[in-house]
Amino acid sequence: MNEITQLTGAAFWLPVIFIGLMGLAFFIYAILDGYDLGVGILLPKDSEAQRDTMIASIGPFWDANETWLVLGIGIMLIAFPSAHSVILFHLYLPVTVMLAGLILRGVAFDFRAKAPEDHKTLWDNIFKLGSLLATLSQGYMLGIYVMGFEQSAAAYSFGALSAICVTAGYSFIGGAWLVMKTEGELQLRAARWTRQCGRLTAVGILAVSIVNPLINPAIFEKWFGNPAVILLLVIPAVCFGLFLVVDRYLKHFPYQNDFGCWIPFASIVIIFLLCFIGLAYSFFPFVVPNQLDIWKAASAPESLMFIFYGTAIVLPTILLYTVFSYRVFWGKATQLKYY
Amino acid sequence: MLMDTLLLSRMQFAANISFHILFPTISIAMCWFLLFFKVQYNRTNDEVWMRIYRFWVKIFALTFALGVVSGITMSFQFGTNWPGYMKTVGNIAGPLLGYEVLTAFFLEATFLGIMLFGIDRVSNRIHTLATFLVAFGTSMSAFWIIALNSWMQTPTGHEMRDGVAFPVDWWAIIFNPSMPYRLAHMLVASGLTAGFLIAGISAYRILKGDHKPAPRRALKVALFAAAMLIPLQILLGDMHGLNTLQHQPAKIAAMESVWHTEKGAPLILFAIPDEKTQTNKFAIEIPNAASFILMHDINGEIKGLNEFPNAHPPVKPVFYGFRIMVGVGVLMLAVSWFSCLQYLRKKELSPLMLKVLVGMTFSGWIATLAGWYVTEIGRQPYLVTGILKTADAVTQVPSSNVGISFAVYLILYSTLLFAYVRTLFVMARKAVLVDRTDEIETLQEKLLAAQEQKETTPEVKA
Repeated sequence: MNEITQLTGAAFWLPVIFIGLMGLAFFIYAILDGYDLGVGILLPKDSEAQRDTMIASIGPFWDANETWLVLGIGIMLIAFPSAHSVILFHLYLPVTVMLAGLILRGVAFDFRAKAPEDHKTLWDNIFKLGSLLATLSQGYMLGIYVMGFEQSAAAYSFGALSAICVTAGYSFIGGAWLVMKTEGELQLRAARWTRQCGRLTAVGILAVSIVNPLINPAIFEKWFGNPAVILLLVIPAVCFGLFLVVDRYLKHFPYQNDFGCWIPFASIVIIFLLCFIGLAYSFFPFVVPNQLDIWKAASAPESLMFIFYGTAIVLPTILLYTVFSYRVFWGKATQLKYY
Repeated sequence: MLMDTLLLSRMQFAANISFHILFPTISIAMCWFLLFFKVQYNRTNDEVWMRIYRFWVKIFALTFALGVVSGITMSFQFGTNWPGYMKTVGNIAGPLLGYEVLTAFFLEATFLGIMLFGIDRVSNRIHTLATFLVAFGTSMSAFWIIALNSWMQTPTGHEMRDGVAFPVDWWAIIFNPSMPYRLAHMLVASGLTAGFLIAGISAYRILKGDHKPAPRRALKVALFAAAMLIPLQILLGDMHGLNTLQHQPAKIAAMESVWHTEKGAPLILFAIPDEKTQTNKFAIEIPNAASFILMHDINGEIKGLNEFPNAHPPVKPVFYGFRIMVGVGVLMLAVSWFSCLQYLRKKELSPLMLKVLVGMTFSGWIATLAGWYVTEIGRQPYLVTGILKTADAVTQVPSSNVGISFAVYLILYSTLLFAYVRTLFVMARKAVLVDRTDEIETLQEKLLAAQEQKETTPEVKA
C-alpha cells in the first residue's frame, strides 16, 4: 500500500475515476441488458402472441443495452490492460459460451421476424437458449472472479451457485420490466414469474453473501473486522426490505388503474445497485481480487487523459439520448412492426 | 500433428474478422443509401421512396445485428487470444477502440431503435435525423477502426519505452501515413458492396415477377451509384498502392511477387509463385508495367523480397488475394457500366443483365475480403509493423481450449452466414407478394387490358 500513497495527481486519480466508470458501465449493463436477457429467458412455450409482445417490449433497446457490456469491457481493456489479459485468460471458455449466447440471441431477434413462418418457433427457442447461455456464463464468471480464479471444487461450486443466482436475478428484473411494459393476461403471468424469480434471487443473494466472507478472509475482515463498519449492514437490510416490498406488491396484483406497475422494476434497480456497492466495497482497490490493484493495472496516464476528456463529454451525451430513446418508447409495449 | 495455440488463434481471429467485416461492409454505406431514400421521400412525397426505405431498412437491421454480435466477439479476443497486443501497444490501441465505442456504438445502437420502430412516435424530421445519426455513427466506427488498423500498418506518433509503446502525438497516431488512403478505399468499397447488393436483390425481385416500381427505382439508384464509385475506387486503390510502396515495400514485393530487386519490373497477370525456388512459374507478364504503375517510370526499381530476409509476408495469399480483388473490381466496372448504358438506351434491363446482376449480388464481399487479406497478411510476420510480431502476442491458453472456441465460432458463423443469405432472398420473394396496393393496380390494369383484348380479338382456343 505504501507505493500507492506515493502516487500523486493524475497517476493516482485517473485509475480511480476509470474503475468508477467501469463499475458504472457494468452496473448499467446489468440493469439494461439484464431485463432484456430476462425477458428472453421467460419466453413462454405456449403462446406466440405473448412472445411477440415480450420481444416487442425490448425491440428498440436491446442493441444499445448490449453496448454497455462493450463499454465496460472496453474500459477495462483501455484503462487496465493487464487486468483485462489476466481476467480473460482465466475466463476463456465461459467467455466463449457467453459470446455464443449473445450472438445467437442477437441474430434470433432479427431472424424471427424475417425468416419463413415455420422457422419462427425455432428462432424463438434459439433466442431463449442464447439468453440462458449468456446469463449462466456471466453468473459463472462473476463467481469465479469473486473467488480470485482459484482452481478448486469450492470455487467451481461457488461459480455454479452464482450462475443460478445471476440468471434468477436477470429473470427477476425481466419479469418486472414486463409488469411495467405490458398489460392484460401477459402482465398477470409476468407478475407470477417475477414473484417466483424474486424468491429464488433472494435465496441466491443470501447464499452468496454468507459464503463469500466465510471462504474469503480478506472480505470477512472488511465487513466484520471494524465495529464502525457495522453501519454497512444497512446495505443487506435495505436490500431485503425491497425484496419484501416487491413480493407483497406482486402478491395482490393487479391493482386498479395499473397502480404502481413501476414499483417492482424500480425496487430491483436499487437491489442491483446495493449488490454492486457491496461487491465494489469488498474488492476495492483490487481489479483482480487479491492479485492486482487498479494502480498497478492502469495504463499510461497520457493514454488515460486522452480518453478521459472524450469520456467527460461523450458519456453525458450518451446518457441523454438513451433517456430520449426510452421516452420515445414510453408506456405499454405495442405490436412491434418495422413500419 | 496437433496444431498449436498460435496457429489456432490466428485461424480463429481470421475466421472471426472475415465473418465480421462482411456486415459492416454492407451497413456502413447502406445506411447512407437509406438516408438518400428518406430525403428523396421528404422532398418529393412520393410513396415509392418510402417503400424502398421500408424494404431495405429491414435488411439493414439484420445486417447490423450480425455486425454487432460478431464485433463484440472481436473486442473480447484481444484479451482472450492476443494479450501481448494490449501489453505492447495497449496505450495506443485502447483509446482508439474506446473512442469507437463512445462516439459510434452508442449512437448507432440507440438511434437504430428509433429508426426501425419509432416512425409513429417521433416527427418525420426526428426520424430522418435518426437515420442520419445511424449513418454517421457507422462511418465514425469505420474511422476509428481504420485509424487503429492503419497505425498497426504504418505506426507513427509514439515512442517506445522498455518495449512498450507510449503515445506522443495523438494527431500523428490517428492520421498516420496510410490512414487516409485506407479509410477512403474502405468507405468506397462499402459503397460498392452495398450498391451491388441492392442491385442484385432488386434484380432478383424483378426476375421473380415483381411489377412494382420500387425495385426498379432501387436498382437504378444502386447501379448509377456503383458506376460512379468504381472508377473512383480504382484511382483510390492506385494511390493506396503507391502509399504502401513507400511505407511497406515488403508488402508490395509480395503482392507483385518480385523475388529479387529489379529495374523495369514486369506486371504479372498470372503466375504460381514458388517460395522454395524464389521464382514464378507459368508467369504471364506485361514487361515494365509494374514499374510503370508503381513508379510511373518504366525503368523504375522495385525492391524484391530478397531485401527483407525472414521478415516478409507469405507470397501466395498476398499475390492471389490482390489479383482476386482487382479482378472483381474490373468485373464490377464492366457490369455497372454496361448495365447503366443499357438502361440509358432502353429505360430497362434485359433479363440476361438482371441475371448477371443477381450473380454479382455478393461480389463486394469477395473483393473486400480479398483486399483485407492482402493488407493483413501483407503485414506479417508483424502484428504491428516493426514493433510487435504476431507470434509474440499470442496467449498462453492451452491449444485445446482455443480449438473448442474455434469450433464453436466456425459452426455458428457458417450457420449464420447461410441463414443470412437465405433470409435475404426469402425477404425478396416475400416482397414480390406483399405491398398489395401497387400490385392491385397493376392487376387491375392487366385485367382491363385482357378484357379489351378479349373484346377486340375472337377466342383463339376452341
